[in-house]
This record gives sequence, C-alpha cells and structure tokens, in this order.
Amino acid sequence: MLLLPTDIRNPDYFHKVVDCQWACPAHTPVPEYIRLIAAGRYADAYMVNWESNVFPGILGRTCDRPCEPACRRGRVEEEPVAICRLKRVAADYKGDISARLPTPATARNGKRIALVGAGPASLTVARDLAPLGYEVVVFDGESRGGGMIRSQIPKFRLPEQVIDEEVGYVLDLGVETRFDTRIDSLKGLLDEGFDAVFAGSGAPRGRDLVLPGRQEAAGNIHIGIDWLSSVSFGHITAIGKRVIVLGGGNTAMDCCRSARRLGGTEVTVVVRSGFEEMKASPWEKVDAMHEDIPILNFLVPKEFTHEDGRLTGVLFEKVRAEIDEKGRRKLMNAGEPDVHMPCDDVLVAVGQENAFPWIERDIGLEFDRWDMPVVDQVTFRSTHPKVFFGGDAAFGPKNIIWAVAHGHQAAISIDLACRGEELQNRPPPHVWLSSQKMGIHEWSYDNDVSNDLRFAVPHQDKAIALADIKAEVELGFDLKQAFAEAQRCLNCDVETVFSDAACIECDACVDICPVDCITFTENGPEAELRTRLNAPAVNLTQDLYVSGPLKTARVMVKDEDVCLHCGLCAERCPTGAWDMQRFLLDVAQAGSACSKH
Amino acid sequence: MTFLPKPKLHHPGLAANTLGFTRRDYEGTISTLCAGCGHDSISAAIVHACFELDLPPHRIAKLSGIGCSSKTPTYFLGNSHGFNSVHGRMPSVLTGANLANRELIYLGVSGDGDSASIGLGQFAHAMRRGVNMVYIVENNGVYGLTKGQFSATSDKGAKSKRGVVNNDEAIDLVSMAMQLGAGFVARSFSGDKGQLVPLIQAALTHQGAAFIDCISPCVAFNNHVGSTKSFDYVREHNEAVNYLDFITEREEITVDYAPGSVEVVKQHDGSLLRLRKIAGDYDVHDRAAAISFLQHRRASGEIVTGLLYVDQEPDDLHGYMNTVSTPFNELVEADLCPGSAALDKLNAALR
Repeated sequence: MLLLPTDIRNPDYFHKVVDCQWACPAHTPVPEYIRLIAAGRYADAYMVNWESNVFPGILGRTCDRPCEPACRRGRVEEEPVAICRLKRVAADYKGDISARLPTPATARNGKRIALVGAGPASLTVARDLAPLGYEVVVFDGESRGGGMIRSQIPKFRLPEQVIDEEVGYVLDLGVETRFDTRIDSLKGLLDEGFDAVFAGSGAPRGRDLVLPGRQEAAGNIHIGIDWLSSVSFGHITAIGKRVIVLGGGNTAMDCCRSARRLGGTEVTVVVRSGFEEMKASPWEKVDAMHEDIPILNFLVPKEFTHEDGRLTGVLFEKVRAEIDEKGRRKLMNAGEPDVHMPCDDVLVAVGQENAFPWIERDIGLEFDRWDMPVVDQVTFRSTHPKVFFGGDAAFGPKNIIWAVAHGHQAAISIDLACRGEELQNRPPPHVWLSSQKMGIHEWSYDNDVSNDLRFAVPHQDKAIALADIKAEVELGFDLKQAFAEAQRCLNCDVETVFSDAACIECDACVDICPVDCITFTENGPEAELRTRLNAPAVNLTQDLYVSGPLKTARVMVKDEDVCLHCGLCAERCPTGAWDMQRFLLDVAQAGSACSKH
Repeated sequence: MTFLPKPKLHHPGLAANTLGFTRRDYEGTISTLCAGCGHDSISAAIVHACFELDLPPHRIAKLSGIGCSSKTPTYFLGNSHGFNSVHGRMPSVLTGANLANRELIYLGVSGDGDSASIGLGQFAHAMRRGVNMVYIVENNGVYGLTKGQFSATSDKGAKSKRGVVNNDEAIDLVSMAMQLGAGFVARSFSGDKGQLVPLIQAALTHQGAAFIDCISPCVAFNNHVGSTKSFDYVREHNEAVNYLDFITEREEITVDYAPGSVEVVKQHDGSLLRLRKIAGDYDVHDRAAAISFLQHRRASGEIVTGLLYVDQEPDDLHGYMNTVSTPFNELVEADLCPGSAALDKLNAALR
C-alpha cells in the first residue's frame, strides 16, 4: 500500500517531532524556553516552564528528565542537551517574577475543592483552579507544603528556599491551607460539602524487608523514605560509621548520600540484580559513586545478623542472572559461599507502596485487586463522581513531573465536572505554526548548529559537600555555560514544512542536507520505502514525512529521525517549497478555553 | 545562497569507504551559487562518485576556468588540488599539469560559456590530443553571471526569460567531442543522479579524454516556459539510450538480465561498465553511427542522454608521445642530464 501524504494539520505530527516535548508528561515546550535562555530572557523562559510544569526550580534540580533520552541531539552525537539543568538556569537567573504571576481570583465561583496532601499533584490542581475562582482547600499532615518534595528529597540536591519559593507561588494564589491536619476519613471530607475532592496523597509507605533478624535488630534497620523524612525535618542527625543501603532506586541513592553526610564513612549500596538493571537514574548513580560509595550487585539479602540486640551485619547470597526457556530473566544461586558484610546500620530502600487507610470502602469508591483505587487514565476520576486522584496516589510511585501532568488533567476534569460538562470532552491543545523566514538566509531562530559537546554542571568541592548535608552539590551552569549549552539545542520545534505544488525537484535540498534525510523517490509501502531512502530509516519510532505526488510522479520522503532543523533545505530551495515554521503547542489547562490566548 | 557552513554533524549510519573516508569528507565549502542551481547537484554527484570509487582526495586535481560552473570546484573535494584558471583556458593549464605529473586524476570543470565560446579552441584541442582527463561541461545554455544572455549552446528558437528568441545555431559539444576523437563521450542531466554518478565514475576511470556534457538548469535565468534547458523541458524530452552501472573489479555481477539488454564493457583499469540498454540497437562503440543518431534525434527535439560513445582501446596524450612512465616532475638531474661522457660520445658520433 502506498503511503498517503502526511497530514501536518494533525497537531500530533509535529508534536512528535519535538521529541523532548512529546516525551515530557507535562509537554513543556522545551526548545521554546531554551531559545529564550540563549536570548538572555530568563524570566520569560521561567514563565514558559511555570505555566507548563509549575515547579521549574525544583524540577530543574530533581526531574527524572524523560526529555533527555528522547532528545534528538543524542541521536546525532554523544549526549542530549542538558535540558533539565537549563531549566534550573531559567529559575536561577529569572529575577523577580512576582508581577507576572496570576493574582488571586477577585470573585469566587462558589465551588469548593478539597486537596488531600500538599505535594506536587495537589499543588498543580490548586495552581490551575484557584485563579479561576474556585475555593481551594489544601490539607496536609505536615506543617508546610511540598509533600515528598520537602520530606524525601535531600537538601543537598534541593535547597529549602527553592521549595519555599515555588510552593509559595501556588499557595499565594488565594489557596486555603489546613496544615498539620491529617485526613483520616474521605467520607468525613465529602460530608463537609466539597464539590470535588482530589487525592494527591502520594505513595507514603516504604516497603519493608522481612528477613530473619529483622525484629531483633530493628533499632538499626530503617525504612528509607521514613529515614529520609526524619533527616529532612531534623529528627535524625547521625548514623553509624558502616552503613549498608539495600535497593537500587533513586531513594537508595538519596539514602546512601545522606548517610555519607551524617557520619557514614563506609557506606555501601547493595542491589539484588545487575548494576545496569538498577532503577536509579544513571546520573544519580554517578553522583553516589563520586562520593566514594561502592555499588555491589548480584547480592540477595538473606539475613540480618545481630548480637545482643544490636545489628552486626547482613548476610547475602551470591546470584547470577539467567534467561529461562520462556525468555524471562531470573536470578539463580551462583554456587558460591554466602557473603557477610558487617555494618552498624541498614537503610531499606526497596520500593514504595500506596496506602489508603483513610478511604472508606463503602462510599462507592471502587478498589482493584491490588487495593488501588480504580482511576480513569484520562480524566483521573475515580468511580466516585466527586473524587479524583493524581500523582503517586493514582497509579503508584512515579515522579514529580508525572504528578504535575496528572494534576493538570485532574484540574480540567474537576473544572468540567463543576460546570456540569462531559469529562471526556477534553479541550484541544493550542497550536501555532508560523514561518520563521526573515530573508533569503535569515531566520528568526539561530540555525547555525553548534558542534559543542554537552557541558558538565559544576559541582561543589567534595570535602565541603560531604561536611554539610544542606550544602547543594550541583552549583548550576553560569551564564556563559548556559548559553553554550542552550546553543546545542537543535530547535526541533522549528519544523520543515513542504509544499508539493511549489517543488521543481531540483535536488538542492537533497544535496545540502547534512544528515541525508530527504529523498525523492517512487512511493511504496512504508516498510519497503524505509529501506531505499538516501539513508535507510531504521528508527521506526520516528515518522516519515511524505508529500503528495510531484510532477515526475515521485514523492518527497523525509525521515524525521535525525533532522538537525538547520533550515539549509529551505535556504537552498529556489521556490520556497521548503519553509521553516515554528510549531508551538500548549497543552490545554483548566479554564484555558476562555483564556486570553 | 547561505552564509552558514554545512553542520559537521552527520547521519549516524553514514558509511565510510575503504580509505576510511565518509562521503562528507569529499565535500568542499558551502556553495554560494543561487539556491536550486543545477551545478550544485553536479558537485554532489562528483562527491558521490569520488567517494564510491575510494579515490584518495590528494590524488585528484580539479581545474576550472571562469563562470558559475568554474566556481564549483570550491564546493567539492575540499582536500584535493585545485586551479582556477583564466577564462576558457582550463584545458591548456590542465594539459600542462597532466604532462608534468601524469599520476594525478584530472577533473576539468567548465561551463557552456567557458568551453563553447571563449574556450572553444582550447576544448577542441584537449579532445583531439586525448589528454587523460574528465572534462565536465555544466551546460545551462545561458550566461548566468551576466544576467541571462543566450550562450553558444542555447538552442535555436529557445526563448530567454525576457521573451527574446535565440536565432543562432547551438554548438553541440557532444558531437564535436566525438568528431575530435574523445575516447569517452556522455550526456546527462543534473536532475538525474542515478544516471550521472556512474557516468562520472566511468569517466574518472577512463584512459584518455572523457567528456560529459551535463545539462544543468539555471534556476535564476533559464528555467521558464520556452527554455530548452529547464527542469520541465529536459525531463519531457530526455531520451536516455542507456543507464550505466559502474562495477569495480572486486564486485561480482549477480543480477541476470534479458539477453541483448545488457552490455558489459571492460575498462583499461579492470573496472566494468554494465550498460542497461534502453534504445536496444544503439551501439556505444560506433562513433559515426552515434553522431548520426544524435543529429537525427536533435532535429526532432529530443535530448539524447547516457553513455554515447566509448573507445574499446583507448590511449592518451602520454601514449601518443611515448613519454616515460615516471612523472616529469619526479625526474631529477641525473635522469635528465646524461653527463659529459654521454655528450662527448654524442659529439664524437656527429664528427
């Protein structure tokens, strides 16, 4: 079957070309704010972020960065653009942006919304709904807002004042806070007459490791997230010299690095499976190892050894990975003697779980067989018409940027529900597509592709960093580095737009394209066509841009995969059949149908 | 026209040839010709051909005269020898270079003005002497640098962009090259790299004078209705007599073709030219018949393209002059001056 011409009027087509934005759960227009950083417009860059992801300063330090593995730059050279750390640049250098923030609504619309938990999901709902006139009440058991952002992320990764600032921007929008108030009954909350309740209560329970010796040595065995929280609030200020951290996720990395700062001189991370299989982000592993923390793998904990009620160490079984006949990866005994590692304290960071003891099971809110609430993937509404979920509470532990994305969608749903509209009627995104042509070889974006490799973010001196648990390790880019890193962005949102009627098939674009992504050829079935392009299109996750039939009955086929968006095809085009057009997509937010855009 | 250099980043799957070079290593600086110029496509075809032939860039010399076409050597083979000569004088400069160092591969790039007007005599003598070179004329039928006057290859009856009709007869360089004894004669079109690239490869490996007339539409001044060198006109009137596959000695011919549809020509260096015939009865070894065929097709308004003539047993200027195999520039005093004993002997013989 021949390929039909690509329908570029479908917003998804070009959105997918902007790999970073497509990969971001909140769909932040990344290239747009990176260009603003390069232009020195830090406050503008911050606001682009703030509108989309609510916590630019926090995310610029802690985001899981799904955008970076997606970054096109990573496919044409070694490493992607340091998108996350550029976000931090916008936050660091923005100056005073208070005048740009929305003001509390002057008139209320009479609807009351309760938010359970003051973490990123709830705060996003508050940010979206409060300016629209909703009366928003946030409940949290702690005395300040932020949720896990404040309780679990160590201060050497995220300073307190950054949390205060960005949580403050939301709470200042006329949000009522009821802190130090733990909700222990959803029914009770509903009875207070709220029009909607949003559960953004996270995944608050750290998984335990029930092994022989767990009870006896309990005094020196700590659950990772609880321990981090106690460290965060200053209840714990010391730990033993020899510490073993069990688990390979980001919580384990936060635990080991915190232990290193509280007196742990020999801190070791031990994981069951392989180093490569660890869930922690690669950069967090690097940071931990840089702080002299070895990561040992293929060791399964068997027993906590103890003496006189005191922990003496952990016994491990050595294993190796094998693929069974069904293709599943399994850990098998390696046939070697068990290993005993002496230690003073153990931190258990083997996962987090949801817990909803505060939700009655007889109020029409269904739970599934894993004891998770049944939540609609699109609307985030539970089976109770007034109760919505988001963040870790919705589908289990993820990360901040997912919580923000959930919050936006839940806010849309709550707004629709309160206005009596159908929740499935999601507002479409706002999309702009506009030519960037300023002259024959002048564009309103900088199309000169930088050859620089990724710049490393400067770090605090190790001795200083390890001496103070509040000393931030990453110092952030300075403005010169920020500019150079920003210039590495390929401007994937400036799209190559092709007009069939104008093309004279002169081959100029084919000849100039530095990455051989354009071909004029006979049409064919996609799988076959992909093999006979000037450079075979082997990345099946990337679309082919196909024109209608041209004068010679051939079609233009462009493989979007490694296009540098340098615009040389358009510069070399004698008829303007190629044009470079900036594609800006803003995902709809609550109330955006009547916003000023 | 762009001011930016082509980005260094390239496709991750970009192949390298046996020398370890990628195609990008055979490029030159960014072109300053008009956007869409056919000449840029020819430059790209030369880059492709040299890359695929595994030619070491430092063993190639590219020479040109004056004009849009003669600017192009800057835009390809950035690591090769180059000489931008006087208007129409590329052939004589190249002949001199070839005599001095017969070991380089010579690529002469010229245009219809440079070769059919001011340099017509030079063109003729390079052909008849059989200088071992590739002579490419980037033929757009118009003086682009001086804003679109007819050139000497412009067809009689063709209309200029301003509507003026050309009354002069066109010079057909292909017919001339054949009459003057060129060993390899071809015509192609900048818009058809499938045909052009193998022709350039065949010409580069041909021993003796190899001439390619490449029609190259001028998008600024000769790509309108009424032009006979526009993309549309050439595509409508292109009568390819054959398509060529260039096969190096290493490669094997594995595809079967219907008998009579394919002819394999073995070249001096061992490479093979596989001709996929389109006009079944066209004989690429019959010079007189080829000239006659060209004249007839031209009279009916067709543009014949493909490999038009190839000499089975080619020779070149050095062969005709029986020069030593060592390049002249490597001959030292001991080789050139036999010494006083030899002189005495010679003198004695004359007494």
